[in-house]
Amino acid sequence: MSFFKKLKEKITKQADSVTVKFKEGLTKTRDSFAGKVNDLVARYRKVDEEFFEELEEILIQADVGFDTAMELIDELKMEVKRRNIHDPKEVQAVISEKLVEIYQGGEESISELNIQEDGLTVILFVGVNGVGKTTTIGKLAHKFKSEGKNVLLAAGDTFRAGAIEQLEVWGERVGVEVIKQGAGSDPAAVMYDAIRAAKARKADILLCDTAGRLQNKVNLMKELEKVKRVIEREIPGAPHEVLLVVDATTGQNAMIQAKTFKEATNVTGIVLTKLDGTAKGGIVLAIRNELNIPVKFVGLGEKMDDLQEFDAEKYVYGLFANLIENETEK
Amino acid sequence: MAFEGLADRLQKTIQKIRGKGKVTEADVKEMMREVRLALLEADVNFKVVKEFVKKVSERAVGQEVMKSLTPGQQVIKVVKEELTELMGGEQSKIAVSNRPPTVIMMVGLQGAGKTTTTGKLANLLRKKYNRKPMLVAADIYRPAAIKQLETLGKQLNIPVFSLGDQVSPVEIARQAVEKAKEEHHDYVLIDTAGRLHVDEALMAELKEIKELAKPDEIFLIVDAMTGQDAVNVAQSFNEQLGLTGVVLTKLDGDTRGGAALSLRAVTQTPIKFVGLGEKMDAIEPFHPERMASRILGMGDVLTLIEKAQATVDEEKAKELEKKIRTASFTLDDFLEQLGQVRKMGPLDELLKMMPGANKIKGLNNLTIDEKQIAHVEAIIKSMTKEEKIHPEIINASRRKRIAKGSGTTIQEVNRLLKQFEDMKKMMKQMAGMQQKGKRKGGFKLPFNPF
Repeated sequence: MSFFKKLKEKITKQADSVTVKFKEGLTKTRDSFAGKVNDLVARYRKVDEEFFEELEEILIQADVGFDTAMELIDELKMEVKRRNIHDPKEVQAVISEKLVEIYQGGEESISELNIQEDGLTVILFVGVNGVGKTTTIGKLAHKFKSEGKNVLLAAGDTFRAGAIEQLEVWGERVGVEVIKQGAGSDPAAVMYDAIRAAKARKADILLCDTAGRLQNKVNLMKELEKVKRVIEREIPGAPHEVLLVVDATTGQNAMIQAKTFKEATNVTGIVLTKLDGTAKGGIVLAIRNELNIPVKFVGLGEKMDDLQEFDAEKYVYGLFANLIENETEK
Repeated sequence: MAFEGLADRLQKTIQKIRGKGKVTEADVKEMMREVRLALLEADVNFKVVKEFVKKVSERAVGQEVMKSLTPGQQVIKVVKEELTELMGGEQSKIAVSNRPPTVIMMVGLQGAGKTTTTGKLANLLRKKYNRKPMLVAADIYRPAAIKQLETLGKQLNIPVFSLGDQVSPVEIARQAVEKAKEEHHDYVLIDTAGRLHVDEALMAELKEIKELAKPDEIFLIVDAMTGQDAVNVAQSFNEQLGLTGVVLTKLDGDTRGGAALSLRAVTQTPIKFVGLGEKMDAIEPFHPERMASRILGMGDVLTLIEKAQATVDEEKAKELEKKIRTASFTLDDFLEQLGQVRKMGPLDELLKMMPGANKIKGLNNLTIDEKQIAHVEAIIKSMTKEEKIHPEIINASRRKRIAKGSGTTIQEVNRLLKQFEDMKKMMKQMAGMQQKGKRKGGFKLPFNPF
């Protein structure tokens, strides 16, 4: 059975609404990325050096980065040789296969969050300025709340003007409480308060916002380390997840972000936001490949339920949806 | 730095062709491969890179290698010149309408930094151009966006026009311009909501605001970390609105900022300002040459020099030079130096601007702890006058006293004294080198950054 057929079968068995979300959210991305691949496949009659060169260009334009693009191309070349593929159309399936493979990193269902069976789960959000940390927290709060969980938010961005208010608006919308102090207060102290409050109220989930910071600001990164330390001290084993929020439009700098934030806070996963634009966020492929940090959530739109648990297969299906449907109908 | 700069990249290729009199086509081809990679790693758009490399290759082939330059340096020079030219001249002027108020519209994707930049720009207009700006809160979608602008307005003491988040942005803009006329504000800065360039409804809203408010400037705010997609975003905004300028934000990060080149190439609109931090005065005119250096990973020498000039007193510098030459540099001078350097900004940022700094061993991932510098200051200040001039008299009991007085440890005092001694030794060597250098025609950097 072809890879596409398998993928389609696997996906149609699962909840359809989520697949639709992926398909719709990735419309623009699909049009440009997969559109280019489709176009490439249609133009070439045989798989040769030129074909791979163009494919490399497409990957680089998706922000995958030069090194990862080269690596991927080399692996594809080997596969093509091994399977004795001559038709460019067949290469397309191999590309999808490889993408799923890298995204999954050999481990199944790693995108699942480390949620404590009983007791409090603390999730810390980190990232550079303007990537969508607060919005992500709002959307996740909504998700947990609708699963019947008792959620609490910690307003740890005490620096940016209006950040606390922004989280409060989300708190009201979703109907969860926000633990805060005044603007300019010590974020570590906010976390301390929030953990106390979460324990007292027997909350299931505590989502901790932090101020955006560029990773080359040493003092700010140290502040973040302190925030994490305070959480660790108050609850052994916490934070259970440290999620790095990455804007899909970011280029190669996202790799440095991932490296530096991982060093400072031991990042456990990535939330890739703003994927509903034309950006492809290919850099997460490189990050997965090099630093082994999995993508856990993707932002596929502005609505509350547009933040979806990342699923490599659905993602790739979303990318190549038209093609897969055509292919399997035949 | 995570990526090699172009200079480092080219070093390898250059080894092979050193000593040739002319740059041949084969040499150029090989070097252009490195140029291409350096640009791609800097996030310059793929198509822009392609065209650029083609153009530079044509210019570089057959060039006589200037006596003072190696072929590699020659290529870097050509690349840098072309890059600078592509990014256009320095055009940080802001339009002035004959019929005030001058209206500026700020547009861009979510999280690019529109609201912060709006505040900075208003601050700049008032401080540098003595204008009377008004801010308009037209982002009714993002929670607390209005509050953010209001807070900034309060900090800067600049009025903010807002009608809450239940009135359409088009209406807000219309009323704001009216109000600005009444109150004799000469600049109106409209902070619009972030939106995707493919969001048809929201893009239509911007067009409506444009129709009504008739802005003199429409600035696209772009995150300097943007990758390959920068071209799509810029092109789309430009086609739909007709941009008059670009502001590049978050350049105080460690991104190469290749998006700048893509933006310019696609929109033909000048990059007017760059954002360099979260403080309200962290905005500067765009300097194409500096940006070219940065994209190529060659250090921003000009900014460094400018910063030095702005902070270092020339008289004092001369005096210092003499002291270095005669090796009569004391701990007092050291303290003063430290103060002057700190005035220039965070030390690790300064270091990053130095070309070749990433080649010095250990300096690569060096991060300077500002706290440590404060300790050093405290230690020196806890010394007596005599100790500062003749540190050799500092014995064990003096060390103990100094450590106690500065709230540090004896180990720290020891370390400082040792460092100071090493520094003096180095100064002697440098003084010697300078004299030798004079005979040979100047001290040379490992490579010529220009």
